[in-house]
Amino acid sequence: MEYDIIISSMTKKFGDLTAVDRLSIKVKKGTIFGLVGPDGAGKTTTMRMLCSLLTPDSGTAIIGDHDILKESEEIKKDIGYMPQRFSLYGDLTVLENLEFYAEIYQVPRKVRKEKIEHLLEFSNLSKHSYKLADQLSGGMKQKLALSCNLIHTPKYLLLDEPTIGVDPVARREFWRILFELKDLGTTIFVSTPYMDEAERCDEVGLMSEGKIVKSDTPSNIINNFEKPLLCVYSEDNHKAKNMAQEEEYVFDAYLLGEELHVVADDKDYAINNLMEKFKTNNITVDSIKEVSPSLEDVFVYIIKNEKRR
Amino acid sequence: MEYAIEIDNLTKKFGKFVAVNNVSFKIKKGDVFGFLGPNGSGKTTVIRMIMGLITPTSGTGKVLGYDVTTESEKIRSHIGYMSQKFSLYDDLTVDENLDFYAGVYKVPKNKINEKKKEILEMADLVGRENMITSNLSGGWKQRLALGCSIIHEPEILLLDEPTGGVDPIARRQFWDIIYELSKKGVTILVTTHYMDEAEHCNSIGFLYYGNILSLDTPNIMKGKIIDGDIVEIKVNDTLKSIELLKAKNGVGDASVYGSGIHAMTEHNTDLEELKGYLTENNIQVTNIKMVRPSLEDVFVFLVEKENKK
Ligand SMILES: Nc1ncnc2c1ncn2[C@@H]1O[C@H](COP(=O)(O)OP(=O)(O)OP(=O)(O)O)[C@@H](O)[C@H]1O
Ligand SMILES: [Mg+2]
Repeated sequence: MEYDIIISSMTKKFGDLTAVDRLSIKVKKGTIFGLVGPDGAGKTTTMRMLCSLLTPDSGTAIIGDHDILKESEEIKKDIGYMPQRFSLYGDLTVLENLEFYAEIYQVPRKVRKEKIEHLLEFSNLSKHSYKLADQLSGGMKQKLALSCNLIHTPKYLLLDEPTIGVDPVARREFWRILFELKDLGTTIFVSTPYMDEAERCDEVGLMSEGKIVKSDTPSNIINNFEKPLLCVYSEDNHKAKNMAQEEEYVFDAYLLGEELHVVADDKDYAINNLMEKFKTNNITVDSIKEVSPSLEDVFVYIIKNEKRR
Repeated sequence: MEYAIEIDNLTKKFGKFVAVNNVSFKIKKGDVFGFLGPNGSGKTTVIRMIMGLITPTSGTGKVLGYDVTTESEKIRSHIGYMSQKFSLYDDLTVDENLDFYAGVYKVPKNKINEKKKEILEMADLVGRENMITSNLSGGWKQRLALGCSIIHEPEILLLDEPTGGVDPIARRQFWDIIYELSKKGVTILVTTHYMDEAEHCNSIGFLYYGNILSLDTPNIMKGKIIDGDIVEIKVNDTLKSIELLKAKNGVGDASVYGSGIHAMTEHNTDLEELKGYLTENNIQVTNIKMVRPSLEDVFVFLVEKENKK
C-alpha cells in the first residue's frame, strides 16, 4: 500500500508549550484520515506544518514524493488547504467568490460552470448567489468557504474543522462530496469535533497533548473498547446521571442525547446496584442494558483517562 | 407573568428578501428553548430582533413584558447574550475580561468580587484568572464567554451556537452549566447544530427559511414527524443502499447517519425481509436493528421533505 502523507516524529514548541510532540502518522493514498482530539491537542498546528505555514522544530513530513522542509513549493501546487478561519471576500457576491477561486486554482473553463452549479446545490446557496458574502449567515459563510475549497480537485486536501456551524443536512452533503473526491483519488486529511464524521473516515487518529494516543479504523477502535457500556432510559436522566457518578463502581456517567451512558467495570454488578439506587430515589427506569459504544463514547473514555494520569 | 419571551408575527425583510416570515412563539419562564433550523433559516436574525439590535419590519416581540422595538434599553439589562463568535478581548486576561463586562453591565462595585468568584468556579476557570484569553483553548474560552454574559445575573440568556467547534467533553461541561442556570430559574434560548444537545431542551422551535415549521417538546415532535419506525443499518456501500432503500415499498425515506443509515419505515417492519432485499442487491449488511428516533432524524427528514417541495 502506498502512502501519500508520512509524518515522522514532527515536533513544534511555542515557548514552554509543546504543541506537537514527536508526532508520526501515515495516510494511505486515496483515503480519508480523520484527526480528532480535545481543544488544544495540536491539530491545527499539525495542519499548518503540513502546509508549510509553520516550520517544525524537528522531524518532518513527506507529502507525495516531496519533503515539506525542502520542497514546499512543489507541494503547494497539489495541495488544497482550508484553515479554520478561511477568509471570503465580503464585498464580492457568492457567485463572484466562487468564480474568483476557480480562477486562482485554474479550474478549466469547460467544467467551471458545472462545478459551480454542483457546489451551489450542495450548499443550498443557489437562491442566494447574488448576495454579498458579508450578508450571509454564519453557516452559509462556512459552506461558501468549503465550496471555494472544493472547486478544484487537489491531490491532497487538508481541512481544519470544516463543518463548524454547518447544519446536519448540509454536513451530510459535504461528506458526500468528500467521498466523490476520494473516488477521484484525492487523499484527505481532516480534523473534526463531530464524532459521527470521524466514523466516516477510513482511519482515525485520536490526538491529545500533541501526541496520537490511538490510531486505527473506526470499527477497530470501537471493537477494542475495553469496558462494558450501559445505556439507560429513565424519566429523569439528569438526576440519574448525577446519582450514577457518585457510585465507586462507575467509571463515568454522561448524557448522550436522550440516553444516559454509564461506563462500569462489571456489567451485572453495575446494573443491579444502579437499579437498586434508582428505585430508592424514586427514578423510574424505562430500560437499562449493555450497548455497543459509538466513537464518541470511546473518545470521551480515552481523553478522560489521559487527563487522570 | 408566565412567559419570559413572547414573539408575535415577527417579520424581517432585507430589501425584498424575507429573512423571517411571520414567526410566533412563546417561551415559558425557566425553560430551555432550542432554536433549530438549517443555515440561513433566520435564527440569528430573530435573536438580533429580540435584543433590539435590528428593528422588525412588522410584528411584535415582548421580553418580560417590555416591547422589543420601543423598550430595548430596559430589555438589555435583563438579557445575557453570547454570539456565534465569542466576543472576548483576546489580549486581556480572564480576570480582566470579567471586570470589563462587569463594568459594561454596571454590576455594583461591592458585588463584583463575589460574582467573579462564583463565575470562575462555575466555569471551572479557577487558577486561570491571569491567563491571557488568546492562550485559552476552545472549551475554556467558551465558558469564559458564558461567564461574561451572565455577570449581571440576567433572567434571560440568548445563546447563539455557543458550542460550535468545542470538543465533546467540553460540550457536556457547558450543558451542565446550562442546567444549573435553568434550575435557578433563568430562561434560556439556545441555537445549535448538534442535535444531541437539542434533546435536552424543554421545547423546540424549528425554523425553515424564515418560517416556523414546528413547535413542541422533543418527544412530541418526534411522534409527529417520524411516522413509523427508524431502522439503523450498517452496510459496505452506504450510498448505493440509500438509493435501494428509497426505491423500496414500505420505506418512507433513508439517509446517512453516523457511519450507517437510518431508514424511516412503516410500523412493524420485518427486518429480515429488509436485510434480504439489500443482500439480493449485492449489499453486505453488517448490522440491522430498530432504534428510537432521535431529533437528528427529525431534523434530517423534515428538511429533506421541505427541500423536495
Ligand atoms: N444584513 C443583511 N442583508 C441581507 N440579508 C441578510 C442580512 N442579514 C441576514 N441576512 C439573510 O437572512 C437570512 C437568515 O440569516 P440568519 O443569520 O438569521 O440565519 P441563521 O438561521 O442564524 O443561520 P446559521 O445557522 O447559518 O447561523 C440569510 O439568508 C441571510 O443571508
Ligand atoms: Mg446564526
